[in-house]
Amino acid sequence: MNIKIDVKNLDFFYGDFKALNNINIEIEENKVTAFIGPSGCGKSTFIRTMNRMNDLIDGTKHVGEIIYEGKNIYSSEVDVVELRTKVGMVFQKPNPFPKSIYENIVFGPKRNGIKKKAELDRIVETSLKDAALWEEVKDRLDSSAWSLSGGQQQRLCIARALAMKPDVLLMDEPTSALDPVATSKIEELIGELKDKYTIVIVTHSMQQAGRISDNTAFFLMGKLIEYGETSKIFSNPEDKRTEDYITGRFG
Amino acid sequence: MSNVKKRKLIDKGFHILVFLTTLFGLLILSILLFDILKDGLKWINIEFFTNFTSRFAEKAGIRAPLFGSIWIITITMIFAFPIGVGSALYLEEYSDDKKILTKIIKLNISNLAGVPSIVFGILGLGIFVNFLGFGRSILSGALTLTLLILPIIIVSSQEAIKSVPKELRHGAYALGATKWQVVKGVVLPYSLPGILTGSILAIARALGETAPLIIIGAVTFIAFIPESIFDKFTTLPMQVYNWSTMPQTEFHDLAAGAIIILLILLLGANAVAIILRNKYQNRIK
Amino acid sequence: MYAIQEKSKKINRNKIKKRNVKERCIKIILFLLASISILTTIGIVIILSRETISFLREVSIIEFLTGTEWTALFANPKFGVLPLVMGTLMIAVYGSFIAIPIGLGSAIYLSEYASEKTRKIVKPLLEILSGIPSIVYGYFALTFITPLLQKVIPDINIFNALSASVAVGIMIIPMISSLSEDAMKAVPNEIRQGAYALGATKFEVSIKIVVPAALSSIISSFVLAISRAIGETMIVSLAAGSTPKLTLNPLESVQTMTSFIVQVASGDVTHGSLIYKTIFAVGMLLFLITLIMNIIARMIIKKYREEY
Repeated sequence: MNIKIDVKNLDFFYGDFKALNNINIEIEENKVTAFIGPSGCGKSTFIRTMNRMNDLIDGTKHVGEIIYEGKNIYSSEVDVVELRTKVGMVFQKPNPFPKSIYENIVFGPKRNGIKKKAELDRIVETSLKDAALWEEVKDRLDSSAWSLSGGQQQRLCIARALAMKPDVLLMDEPTSALDPVATSKIEELIGELKDKYTIVIVTHSMQQAGRISDNTAFFLMGKLIEYGETSKIFSNPEDKRTEDYITGRFG
Repeated sequence: MSNVKKRKLIDKGFHILVFLTTLFGLLILSILLFDILKDGLKWINIEFFTNFTSRFAEKAGIRAPLFGSIWIITITMIFAFPIGVGSALYLEEYSDDKKILTKIIKLNISNLAGVPSIVFGILGLGIFVNFLGFGRSILSGALTLTLLILPIIIVSSQEAIKSVPKELRHGAYALGATKWQVVKGVVLPYSLPGILTGSILAIARALGETAPLIIIGAVTFIAFIPESIFDKFTTLPMQVYNWSTMPQTEFHDLAAGAIIILLILLLGANAVAIILRNKYQNRIK
Repeated sequence: MYAIQEKSKKINRNKIKKRNVKERCIKIILFLLASISILTTIGIVIILSRETISFLREVSIIEFLTGTEWTALFANPKFGVLPLVMGTLMIAVYGSFIAIPIGLGSAIYLSEYASEKTRKIVKPLLEILSGIPSIVYGYFALTFITPLLQKVIPDINIFNALSASVAVGIMIIPMISSLSEDAMKAVPNEIRQGAYALGATKFEVSIKIVVPAALSSIISSFVLAISRAIGETMIVSLAAGSTPKLTLNPLESVQTMTSFIVQVASGDVTHGSLIYKTIFAVGMLLFLITLIMNIIARMIIKKYREEY
């Protein structure tokens, strides 16, 4: 068992508000790790620290370390642009660029200096196949990404992230804006992707965490309450608060 | 890695570039203000306000254009405010959006906003000066500026009226109020600050307009204070134009002096508008 | 008892009737006020076309539109409008060479790079720039830009197209920057975040994502700004001179459509004379050109909306 990301004593602030309080967690390689907890518990804030998306918000600061590939991602040695090419992200709401399907996929690779048409074509095909979207869109790669359905758009966003050949894939409630059919397709996809990628997923639905994750972390009011194998967390939690949440007594 | 370095370098360079372009605008603003203050400040004293214009720079003042500007914008406001607000009320409260006529009126207003001001001057020359026989008078000038700023007042009043919450309207209707009672009792009081803000900005625009008044007024050597709306007139911007076209630089400096007064009036109008807007926004919160 | 009830019903009915009449009158009055804007357009079209038609009875439309000499104020006048059109377009185009990069740059800076704090200070300052009357820019061109240009280019004419172009350019910067910034701010943040999550730099997000997404509104702001420059009057009247000339050399003195109209109107014009009519003919051309540009600007935005 390899540790992919090692978080040590992480605090996170929005201005004066402390959103994360002394988080310690080890994310395992080629596993699906789910973050659960009630709204405002800090799970989304936390997943956004892992590729430094929170840098884009004015007035945020952090204390502590997130070790990835042996380095603290917040240290000056690590370049945030490069980090994000390795730690990809899929968002709550599908957010394709207002460009064609093809252009959406090649946006990242092009930035990284891949110019040859043949290679880009290949990347588009493999990424879309990996995201289980190829069959649906292969005949209309030039049409606008905004013409796709919500579920297709989200799979396109996953394909767009995969095109970067990331190491880790962060997913922030990726199915919250989708209908049940589209949701089950994405869940199926996550099961296939974990062979190649380390996946961290924030989810609002405990059922979803139970269905797709290997490990589960439960957050409450900015603190990590309990972390362990999903089966154990759901069947035999150690902490009373985890049990209350799982059994639906609050949240 | 070198690829990322290169891209970050481009990003940094671009950041500096767009920052400089923004700075350019601010720099120009300060140079412009400095240039005008440097030229004009020394001319501003009591006589500058009490004297009429003259062939001798040292005896020239802005008495006539100052009064002319006040006359013009007062009369303009008397016409433009009710027409503008009335039009906005019709469009927002009374008209049926699906009707072709409503669509034409709305499209027409946005087109009028893009018509060069000098064309309004030509319209005024044709209709008010010659056809209706008002001559080169304050009335002709004010009516022309009224038509010019109407689109501004209508559009900003529409925005203000749109911002009145539906619940307020419905509350009044539920009490058995007629449409006009709702408009008079709820919609207008609520949207008045927004309407006034837009109207003040429109008046500021009228205060600075030159081209249409030159087409209408023509005469810029005026050494009397207008006493009625049928008198000839000059305004501050017209006087600035007139002095700027003189060959002697003393007159250019006089023009700068008049510009300072003009800018102070405009800044004052804008300040009032901003204060109103802030008060208005606070209330909505 | 019954009779009294009947009576009060009647009074009530009268009251309702009176009220309804009042409501209808108000609606009619407001409609009449709203139709003044329509009458304005009709007025512009009628006044301009009436005098233009009468002008074209004396000067052939071919000569007017294709003639290369404009000597309207001379004893033996020629009415080829091309030099005026050329002067107008030259100043508008050269002006936009300055305004488009600077306006767009400022818009990108304010929308993508500047912190909220900086934005709050800089934006109102740029708004001041847009509230300054064009006569002030004209004065600035004449007393600051022209002397500055004379130092750099000694053989430049005192009245020249370049100085006017620079001032016109400065005047339309705020228009481009504020319209473009609004368009870029309207691009949803999620889309930006998607690009950042792929490791894009701010530059790449701005140029490859935000600007293309807002492109139609940005281009329409260019068109509107150029249209504004074409109709600009006071700057060109003060700084560009009054020599109608078919040239693209910005160092020379030229005349635009607007500055010609001002020149004629500033003199003594007899109502109904041929020279009086030229104001309307040139004005008609100006009106049509700016109208077409404004329609194009609107069409660009409309087309974009249909696509997505």
